[in-house]
Amino acid sequence: MAEQGTLSAAGLGASRASASEAWGPRPRRALSRRNIIIYGTLTVVALYYLLPLYVMIVTSLKGMPEIRMGNIFSPPMEITFEPWVKAWATACTGLNCEGLSRGFWNSVRITVPSVIISILIASVNGYALANWRFRGADIFFTILIVGAFIPYQVMIYPIVIILREMGLYGTLTGLVMVHTIFGMPILTLLFRNYFASVPEELFKAARVDGAGFWAIYFKIMLPMSLPIFVVAVILQITGIWNDFLFGVVYTKPDVYPMTVQLNNIVNSVQGVKEYNVNMAATLLTGLVPLIVYFISGKLFVRGIAAGAVKG
Amino acid sequence: MSSVIVRDVSLNFGAVEVLKSLNLDVAEGEFIVLLGPSGCGKSTLLNCIAGLLDVSQGQIFIKGKNVTWEEPKDRGIGMVFQSYALYPQMTVEGNLSFGLKNAGLPKDEIAKRVARASEILQIEPLLQRKPAALSGGQRQRVAIGRALVRDVDVFLFDEPLSNLDAKLRSELRVEIKRLHQKLANTMIYVTHDQIEALTLADRIAVMKGGVIQQLDGPQEIYNRPVNRFVAGFIGSPGMNFLEGQVSRDGSPSFLVGDLRIPLDRYDFSVANAAGAAALGIRPEHVALDEAGAAMPFSLETVVEIVEPMGSDTLVWTTLGGHNFNFRAPSERTLRLRERITIGFDPARASLFDAATDVRL
Repeated sequence: MAEQGTLSAAGLGASRASASEAWGPRPRRALSRRNIIIYGTLTVVALYYLLPLYVMIVTSLKGMPEIRMGNIFSPPMEITFEPWVKAWATACTGLNCEGLSRGFWNSVRITVPSVIISILIASVNGYALANWRFRGADIFFTILIVGAFIPYQVMIYPIVIILREMGLYGTLTGLVMVHTIFGMPILTLLFRNYFASVPEELFKAARVDGAGFWAIYFKIMLPMSLPIFVVAVILQITGIWNDFLFGVVYTKPDVYPMTVQLNNIVNSVQGVKEYNVNMAATLLTGLVPLIVYFISGKLFVRGIAAGAVKG
Repeated sequence: MSSVIVRDVSLNFGAVEVLKSLNLDVAEGEFIVLLGPSGCGKSTLLNCIAGLLDVSQGQIFIKGKNVTWEEPKDRGIGMVFQSYALYPQMTVEGNLSFGLKNAGLPKDEIAKRVARASEILQIEPLLQRKPAALSGGQRQRVAIGRALVRDVDVFLFDEPLSNLDAKLRSELRVEIKRLHQKLANTMIYVTHDQIEALTLADRIAVMKGGVIQQLDGPQEIYNRPVNRFVAGFIGSPGMNFLEGQVSRDGSPSFLVGDLRIPLDRYDFSVANAAGAAALGIRPEHVALDEAGAAMPFSLETVVEIVEPMGSDTLVWTTLGGHNFNFRAPSERTLRLRERITIGFDPARASLFDAATDVRL
């Protein structure tokens, strides 16, 4: 009897739950199994990637005595910016003791012209390939794509010789040229695909309106392609700023980019290892691409949104 | 005087022949519609006339000038595209004046022409807006305006109304017709919509496979199609085709199933035609009940499917073993399996050779 009673009560409860028919939005629990798995995984992965950054920041703010105590995870007892100042202004690489500042300006002088020149050329390349189907365009494009898959290392020595013959070896101009050339395949591909997605009729309309090659490029295509230019700028700035190989191969010590100088500071084998200075120097070097990401990321999204509502 | 002449124009993309030695003469002020299913080469022909595609062979003349090798801007044409193709970053005014600025016209002349075009098309309040802030119909108006300001002899329309909804399409259709009557320019208009073709055109060129099948006035195309393709393509719902034999025993007649349809009233294009053929009858040429019985040919049949379409009703039945549909007035209530009398006048039918599909 009692058993029967509880059964029917349970049955009643269940039937009432289902009897109050589905109505309105489906109830969602904040702590569902799905949410726990998703957010749990994300948190663990985020911690895993952020931990080294945390250690770097904390270490760069400690003095050497505190570092020697060995508690790498503990926050600094006494915050000091001494290591940052030293890394920027007075750390020694070889004979000169100007810190990273000289490398920073060298990197700026390398990155700015490389980014501008490579994007200008590549966007015109991509535009010509996408909209003006000239004879041999397909072969030209194939060669360019193949170029994107050849490992850089294969071409290092031939380029050394070419630069030497041109009298540009060891100069910033030479390095800018190298960066421009190596950015060409991927950037051209990027721009070609973007311009190919612009409706062909727009291009035809501009031709009927009497616009030529450059008029269509500057007046029609350029104003429509802010998003892809932002993407290209991000790609090139981070790529060129972070480059080490070309920098160390094609330049001389007085024009070394920041990355090479950072390496020379961190890997110096003489004297005391100043971990805090090394950490500060590394963070300083990585700061530029980070800032570019944060600023242009917003622009990038805005660019995409502007494109989405276009007629 | 001819405004546009297309002479023996061929166009090949690799091994694919898109246009086959095509000829077309468009008179001054004429409205020509190129009509055909997708892939028939109608847009390609228009692009060739505009100079956006190079022809493989042949010549194109506009206003008596050989423009085969000219750039689009030097041909004296304006073009309107299906997707409007407005420059998204420019205002309406910028869109209208872009071509004129490229041509190096003085500022006051540009302003005058923009003002005139926007008045004709009633887009003055929109001049400072960007295309994104316009509706579909407004955008297409601006696109027409862009052709208008160039003060050209020939207007080219590439399916300009296909992106619009049905209501807007019929509104703009009338406006294009009005525009043509006002400007009296030569217009070449590409469409796959036969209603647009029939309503707008002075002459229609029905195309298939890169060849013009028939070039005639709308009435002629509708009433006397030269072949079975044109007959089936024009008219909605499509023409009924009865496959049978043309008999010459006594008076000419058409035999299909156990029916004998007299052809003595039919105006043969080919003398003494006989043998296997197809008889085409338009659904709207079939009469019902007493009117049907009064027709030169009538029979009794059974209603199989009824499709009410508002203004009239489409009725499916069987005739000589073929599915057969006709339009009945919507006031006449028809029940399924009802026995009815229908009839038609063979003089209004079309007869096609079974082997060659050519009109007999």
